[in-house]
Amino acid sequence: MTAYILRRLLATIPVMVVVAIFVFFLLRLAPGDPAAIIAGEDATAAQISAVRTQLGLDRPIFEQFIVWLGGMLQGDFGTSIFSNLPVSRLIVQRIEPTLSLMLATLAVALCLAIPLGVLAAWKARGFVDRLVMLFAVLGFAIPVFLVGYVLIYIFAVKLGWLPVQGYTPIREGLWPWMESLILPSVALGITYMALIARVTRASMLEVLAEDYIRTATSKGLTTNRVLLLHALKNASVPIVTVIGIGVALLISGVVITETVFNIPGLGRLTVDAVLKRDYPIVQGLIIVFAAAKVLVNLLIDISYVFLDPRIRY
Amino acid sequence: MSLWRRASFLCAGTGFAIAVAAMVATTTAVHAQQKVLRAVLHADVRTLDPIWTTQTIAGIHGMIVYDTLFGNDEKLNPQPQMVGKYDISEDRLVYTFTLRDGLKFHDGSPVTTKDVLASLKRWAVRDNVGQRLFSFVDRLEAADEKTFRMILNKPFGMVLEALGKSGTSVAVIMREKDAQTDPQQQIKEAVGSGPFKFSKDEWVPGSKTVYLKNPDYVPRPGNERASFFAGSKFAGVDRIELVWISDPQTAMSALVNGEIDFWENPNIDFLPILEKSRGVKLMKTGEFGTNAGFIRLNHLHPPFNNVKARQAMYRLINQEDFLRAIIGNPEYYKVCHGMITCGTPLASDAGSAMLNDFNPKKALQLMREAGYNGEPITVLAATDHNTITPATQVLIQAMREAGLNLDVQSMDWGSVVSRRAKKEPPAQGGWNIFVSTMGTVGASNPVLHPWIGAACDKGLFGWPCDAKIEELRTAYAFAQTDAEKKQIARDLQARAIEQVPYIPFGQWDSPYAYRADRIEGIVPNTGLVVLWNITKK
Repeated sequence: MTAYILRRLLATIPVMVVVAIFVFFLLRLAPGDPAAIIAGEDATAAQISAVRTQLGLDRPIFEQFIVWLGGMLQGDFGTSIFSNLPVSRLIVQRIEPTLSLMLATLAVALCLAIPLGVLAAWKARGFVDRLVMLFAVLGFAIPVFLVGYVLIYIFAVKLGWLPVQGYTPIREGLWPWMESLILPSVALGITYMALIARVTRASMLEVLAEDYIRTATSKGLTTNRVLLLHALKNASVPIVTVIGIGVALLISGVVITETVFNIPGLGRLTVDAVLKRDYPIVQGLIIVFAAAKVLVNLLIDISYVFLDPRIRY
Repeated sequence: MSLWRRASFLCAGTGFAIAVAAMVATTTAVHAQQKVLRAVLHADVRTLDPIWTTQTIAGIHGMIVYDTLFGNDEKLNPQPQMVGKYDISEDRLVYTFTLRDGLKFHDGSPVTTKDVLASLKRWAVRDNVGQRLFSFVDRLEAADEKTFRMILNKPFGMVLEALGKSGTSVAVIMREKDAQTDPQQQIKEAVGSGPFKFSKDEWVPGSKTVYLKNPDYVPRPGNERASFFAGSKFAGVDRIELVWISDPQTAMSALVNGEIDFWENPNIDFLPILEKSRGVKLMKTGEFGTNAGFIRLNHLHPPFNNVKARQAMYRLINQEDFLRAIIGNPEYYKVCHGMITCGTPLASDAGSAMLNDFNPKKALQLMREAGYNGEPITVLAATDHNTITPATQVLIQAMREAGLNLDVQSMDWGSVVSRRAKKEPPAQGGWNIFVSTMGTVGASNPVLHPWIGAACDKGLFGWPCDAKIEELRTAYAFAQTDAEKKQIARDLQARAIEQVPYIPFGQWDSPYAYRADRIEGIVPNTGLVVLWNITKK
């Protein structure tokens, strides 16, 4: 197992290099000039050119790449073109809100989606199944931002129970922290819940048709024991896989949710940096996202060993 | 216990534990009893140097943190701000300024003439108005710690207006050591002498910018009425938090819900909702609106390198069409057939007949006379701007209906900003037309007006080139009487309308929205939003 983990970690190096090259050159090929944006509305062409020189954007693209890569290898993500602050500081500032939102979303989604999926499979083709699947289809079909606006209107503007926007760090109190996460995590969690519920149902249906389930039922085990102990455990590999895939989905969902609920997380940082063409921030963020995705995939693969004893690395 | 129950208990129990812990934590949390003004502005503060960039948001940040020697009042007349008294020699060549008593930077050091001279010199390198002023400055000299002289080589008549200039690249006074930063580099610290201090540790670019009350700030004596940038300033709250909410729908909900106190530029669509919201009020920023829209033509390439083709474009513009698309409610917009901001002292009807002749057939005829044979005209169409995008769509429709062949290049505003700087022909990545907006305060003065200039390569994108226009702008700067100034402004407008540096399509106001049940004392300001003198109820 240790050798496998080491091999996988080593394999991430070429992946990260490819990501770095791809992101760097893609950004440079995209239209837009940060110097023109930062110089401001009334800047002359000469002023823009001076800013470009000062930022080093007039240097050959390969030279810029080498400088950036050299910095990255030493753990230096560079400096924001606009704020002059280190990219690493800007990313660290934003990790807590995004991580909080992702964990809250996962908690909401898993606590509801798995029971719903199991229930739908147990009552397959019945009313409950159809109801759960209707919810799953709607969850996929309704965009996150629309759910967000509706939740804001009902629970914040009309009822006044929860805040419209913003994020309160956990150090300022647990309840204010949770308060700021309830609506965004529900809005983002609905899509995720729909995905997991569907996969859970499909996986459970397959397992419930197996002979050993019939045997377990014949032995007189209770329905709950059959469903949760025998069926769900064996159906869990595809479910865990989809949870892993869903992390990538969460990252993209976080971008929209953070914008609607004004949460100062990595998603908002990404959107703002792309719109402003703040290259060092976008490059740093993509590297962080790619590393996170690789790590999650590794954790998912490792978890298979514990969920299914037949799997060995 | 069944497994179902166990699972349910696990989820519910976790939630309950968190809720209990949360309540306990809430009761023990320390709540600061400070008076906090939470405001949402049109952009987030990303750059600390208000002289290095011409971004409006950097100008607002600058005016919160720094102070200026002069400040323009609502009649656009310069009034002393940091300056206590001043004297102008009879030949108008020597200006002597004395700073007010008690001026201190946020680090506790006194503001001296060394700081002032270094700041003015840096500003003069970056700002167009500063460059024009300093082309007539023979020397600056400090008489003592508080008195300095500006000695001119010609009687430039706009010294005070330039020092009190509002909008972007304002002549703010920094510490000498900050002002000695290379003008091509950003300053690293924002330490001013204004009513609020910048709290760098709490700055989260793209999310929140915090300013703390400056207890050492000495306002102008006599409790002068605040008017635009003039009058006595005071810090009415302990703390200002500029919260950046990029989504206007969320910003509106946050204001209605009382999570923010002030919103600088609510979308026009939201005004009817805000007007009906309890506790929320709207405030017009001044007499003549905040913004003016314009269409910029590229004078370097066909067809608009021909003045007849440029004049033809006037005939395609019905300002009402644009203003209805952008604003909708006539209460907030004004048709203006002039290039000097309508409603300001120098506005006139000189040359305006050409701007008031909507006639698409004549437009096409003039274009053909100018040699246009259906070649594609490249329009840079911004897709993500709340006013420029609809205005561009109206323009595209009007040009197509007139029979012009368009090559519409749709892109985000950031890409328009970068592409408009390209001088290459449209087929090689250049352009023919883009739509933009400008501040009405700058456009009210022939010298400060950014887009009326025609300085060829040294001018702004589009690069109009006309010696007569530049001559008139310079002449205005030396005019001695109001009558003389008005005549020059008339002549300038007439000449500009003839040469078409741009095509105006009206003025409008973006009213502020604020919680009237929580804050008071807002100083209406068309030039830049100002946040001093606001108190919390």
